[in-house]
Amino acid sequence: MVKTREIVFPGDIVQAEGTKPRNGTYRNSDGTYSSCYFGTVQVSEQFLDVVPFSGIYMPRRGDKVIGKIIDVGPSMWVIDINSAYNTLLHINDTPWRVNPGDLKRFLGVGDYVYAKIMSVNEIRESWVTLKDVGLRKMEGGHITSIAAPKIPRIIGKGGSMVNMIKDATSTRIVVGQNGLIWIDGAPENVMVAISAIRMVEEEAHTTGLTDRMQKYLEEKKGEIVGNSE
Amino acid sequence: MPRDEAGILSEIKRDFILRRLKEGKRGDGRKPDEYREISITPNYVPRSPGSAMVCLGKTKVVAGIKVEAGEPFPDTPNQGVLTTNVELLPMAFPTFEAGPPNDTSIEIARVVDRGIRESKMIDIESLVIEPAKKVWIVFVDIDVIDFDGNLIDACTLGVLAALKSTIVPGSKEGGKDFPLPIRNTPVAVTMVKIGDTLVADPDLEEEQLSSARITVSTTEDGHIRAMQKGDVGEFSMEEIRKAINMSSNLGKAIREKYFK
Amino acid sequence: MGTASDIKLINEDGLRLDGRSADELRPMKIETDVLARADGSAYIEWGGNKILVAVYGPREAFPKHTQDIDKAVVKARYNMAAFSVDERKRPGPDRRSMEISKVISEALSSAVMVNQFPRAEIDVYIEVLQADAGTRIAGLTASSVALAAAGIPMKDMVVGCTAGKVEGQVVLDLSKEEDNFGQADLPMAVLPKSGNVVLLQMDGDLSVEEFEKASSMILEATKKIHKIQRDALAGKYKAIALERSGE
Repeated sequence: MVKTREIVFPGDIVQAEGTKPRNGTYRNSDGTYSSCYFGTVQVSEQFLDVVPFSGIYMPRRGDKVIGKIIDVGPSMWVIDINSAYNTLLHINDTPWRVNPGDLKRFLGVGDYVYAKIMSVNEIRESWVTLKDVGLRKMEGGHITSIAAPKIPRIIGKGGSMVNMIKDATSTRIVVGQNGLIWIDGAPENVMVAISAIRMVEEEAHTTGLTDRMQKYLEEKKGEIVGNSE
Repeated sequence: MPRDEAGILSEIKRDFILRRLKEGKRGDGRKPDEYREISITPNYVPRSPGSAMVCLGKTKVVAGIKVEAGEPFPDTPNQGVLTTNVELLPMAFPTFEAGPPNDTSIEIARVVDRGIRESKMIDIESLVIEPAKKVWIVFVDIDVIDFDGNLIDACTLGVLAALKSTIVPGSKEGGKDFPLPIRNTPVAVTMVKIGDTLVADPDLEEEQLSSARITVSTTEDGHIRAMQKGDVGEFSMEEIRKAINMSSNLGKAIREKYFK
Repeated sequence: MGTASDIKLINEDGLRLDGRSADELRPMKIETDVLARADGSAYIEWGGNKILVAVYGPREAFPKHTQDIDKAVVKARYNMAAFSVDERKRPGPDRRSMEISKVISEALSSAVMVNQFPRAEIDVYIEVLQADAGTRIAGLTASSVALAAAGIPMKDMVVGCTAGKVEGQVVLDLSKEEDNFGQADLPMAVLPKSGNVVLLQMDGDLSVEEFEKASSMILEATKKIHKIQRDALAGKYKAIALERSGE
């Protein structure tokens, strides 16, 4: 029997009373389940998941991600979404009226977008769209990143963690499901927000993180400058 | 480290760094003439006659020395031989590829080599076993294992520390083992120009942002022993004088802190 | 195997040159996350071996014709630093390192859940900084740690060890002298859960009984090594959790 936050390794047998092994596990020939990852166990009411400590983002339909334009074609942009695979944005999936061959006027190499994964096929090719509320080209601010499996900890229950960091540092923050995070504000404040994110990254597997974060941000209050915006 | 940093520097990061530089600060909070944290571990590969591992911020290199008996060059029959080679290992960076040295690694190796050679750091006249027939060949090999900018300085620090720990295996040629004779400590300092600002020890983001690069190697006596300007941008004479001055000051500080 | 030597490799008490008994491992240490840029990394010291491993990926396989539409390709590259051996080694691949890279790639492929990553490659770069017999097995053992640290799904770790024959006696984990002057060398790697073999090479001269003895010695040793792998991976996380819970 394993418990929540217990550290497991690839191949370890994982089971917990009354739960069904789900993400991060595989079925052995004898009917037991093993972990696929070096990570921690998460037992919920019905399921047992293994969450790896690190790992690359895999595109899922409906995820909102932050990506960087790395190539511009005649009718599509190629976007690096911090994953094993690049994704594509077609001109028809933007809020703009783009003429083929005129894409660079809207998004060039090195620009960041906040986009939604529209579809993923069986060989992991994916397409994103900018046609939804909040999706856009990102302007200004700063970009940092965290291992994708730790994104739920950065967000916290109902957004509690990220909102706490935002409020305490007077910054605007957008968290992409793929591990990239956009932060805007006075440079000093951005640096404090980044250090808070590094703390979550390092301590994601521990308990009581929210309380420690509150304390940490309190200590850093002196470094925050008035909102420059 | 985010995979995203591997390729093109984004507009957002460019703007952020430029915005900070206007306030006299760098992206990571350093002052323009401030190095990242340096750590040097001599004898990192203890079975080599000389070696060292150097961390310069997140850049990491391992330098190893082999000293073998061989033939001198015909035009320098009374001198040992020094050869320097840099391997940009694919483990160091997502886009580094395995294979023979490319122009980047050759330039780094040559600039590092020049600083060591022109300062006459090693007394190569004393590395003769039998004039015109047999001399000691000092092979300097540097593995770049983690890349975050400024390889010339990281490699130079590695080579300095490795050479200073080197024992020549004289007993293999009927003599005695002896420490490689060292005369001085030529420190290479690399600076890049971002906008109008000259910054020392650039990290990768700064290298990507910069228009031009300059390396100046100086010795204890304050003399310049090697220089190399790189990239397509330009320097005014005033900027070059500033770079020499910065290198001389930083070189002195590094020599005192790490090579006393 | 090498030529016979005048040195006595095993003394009257059955102890080896470095004082080990027949089934004793050399000292071993593994560290993880030693490199910043790689997706996962590990460093292993095993006897006098010092080896670094970096993992990149999964990432889209390049050049494109190497892509497999159904699964990821695991590409290990074993390389010896110029200063890793007594006489300077010319940089770059040779026939030996290419063969080693191939058998390591294959061993890792059987553990990695390659079907989750169509069209991708997983690169494993092994750099031998100091060589002291058993580099391929040490590199492979560290590679599996680096893959786990990179968060790559695997059905099991990969754990290896060597055994061999020295002066007629089966011994575990050959030292450099034993490797040079011994009569047989048997590097082997297994998936610890099933005990199934994923790497096996042998050269020299072993009777079937000696092979049985050598392989069971290896299997026993892999249990210890598996524990060292796990401790290395968990160490940092346990330390942080412990420190924080004490606050």
